Amino acid sequence: MTLIYYLAAAVAVISTAMVITRSNAVHALLYMIVSLLSLALIFFTLGAPFVAALEVIIYAGAIVVLFVFVIMMLNLGAEATARERRWLQPKAWIGPAILTAILFAEFLVVVATEPAATGAPAGVGVKRVGAALYGRYVLGVELAAMLLLAGLVGAFHLGRRVPSGDEEDES
Amino acid sequence: MTDVLLQVAVILGVLNAPLILAALLIWLERRFLALLQDRYGPNRVGPLGLGIVLADMIKIFTKEDWVPPFADRAVFTLAPAVIVITGLMSVAVIPITETIGVTDLNIGLLFFLAMSSMGVYSVVLAGWASNNKYALLGGLRASAQMVSYEVFMGLSLMGVVLMAGSFSLRDIVAAQQDIWFIVPQFLGFVIFFIAGLAETHRLPFDLPEAEAELVAGFHSEYSGMKFGMFFVGEYVGVTVIAAMIVTLFFGGWMGPVLPGIVWFGLKLLFFILIFILLRAALPRPRFDQLMAFGWKVLLPLSLLNLVVTAGALLLWKA
Repeated sequence: MTLIYYLAAAVAVISTAMVITRSNAVHALLYMIVSLLSLALIFFTLGAPFVAALEVIIYAGAIVVLFVFVIMMLNLGAEATARERRWLQPKAWIGPAILTAILFAEFLVVVATEPAATGAPAGVGVKRVGAALYGRYVLGVELAAMLLLAGLVGAFHLGRRVPSGDEEDES
Repeated sequence: MTDVLLQVAVILGVLNAPLILAALLIWLERRFLALLQDRYGPNRVGPLGLGIVLADMIKIFTKEDWVPPFADRAVFTLAPAVIVITGLMSVAVIPITETIGVTDLNIGLLFFLAMSSMGVYSVVLAGWASNNKYALLGGLRASAQMVSYEVFMGLSLMGVVLMAGSFSLRDIVAAQQDIWFIVPQFLGFVIFFIAGLAETHRLPFDLPEAEAELVAGFHSEYSGMKFGMFFVGEYVGVTVIAAMIVTLFFGGWMGPVLPGIVWFGLKLLFFILIFILLRAALPRPRFDQLMAFGWKVLLPLSLLNLVVTAGALLLWKA
């Protein structure tokens, strides 16, 4: 299990790096799917199969599909790829790289000094996730529900067809 | 040692069965469709025309495998593989009898849903990588249709999960010892069936490849075995959906007198024939009708089914 964990972690890191460095948006998204799948495998090896399944269904299966959908609809073509390549000049990522390096150093210090923090709880099943969501974190669920409702109303408003002289085909 | 060998044999058998079945389904679909439309269908090669399977396979393997120069080569090649892989992965969690089955994952049902949502990429990426406007339109339609119907597919199954109290498909079959879930979950079954048709983009929901409008939709540019993979993937998808219907709503391997594997096979065949029958019987809806039907009818119905099932179970247990 430990070997599988480290393999999945390595795949996750490499594919995430590829997501950032690809200049073709669809290729970047493909690597993102790989990254999410390896994350799901990491959850699985840590003993949380339910979270792993949700990771695949929601992130890899629904959200990234919508990204791909939008990129297909924009139909960017070669020009966008060239522009993306220009944006990936070294001077563009020096700043974020330094900031991320500081975070990474902090992370290393925390892991080295507090070994207890890295232990994962064994076996997070469906019941425990459900009980936590609708017990301890019910406020968070309700807030997220409200946010989603607002998003839904907004999307409905934007997508509403303005009634005009056109023939209405509601069927 | 023999245990390991037996396990390997079961895995190979279960993974190869859908592929062999897919080849036979080509024949079955053409003959059965012809019967329904009062014609003969392929009846020349071999007994009952079964030789057509072999002829089709020779044809598809020896055709020129052409990648258009304007296509995104890597993604174009990857796309047909995805649909077959995800289809075969879902077969792994389906319990065929008490003893036969590749794995009994405790999140088996979610695994099936995850694989069916990964299958969307095959169609979407094929449409995008072909760099052809008809293929792109097909891919766009496919992603909208499949992402939408996935939602109801998942929701319609939650009633079954509530009643069985488990995501494991083996437990779900075992929970149908007294009564098949088709009786208390009839609404869930209907929604799952419609969503399954849309997920496999079979007629009448084959709008991503509607040949009257989009040439052949997302696989317009494909030829040879790459096209064959889409073909096989579609039949594997049909087999998986039929197997899931049998497992979730019709008691899986359970049945009197005959052994479990025969019952499973008979039920599976019945639902595959229903899929073909629907192809012959129903016209294709317009795309906006399909989406409106999904979001305005199926979503409220599946939520209602979930709420009523949960409420009834609470009352019954209290």
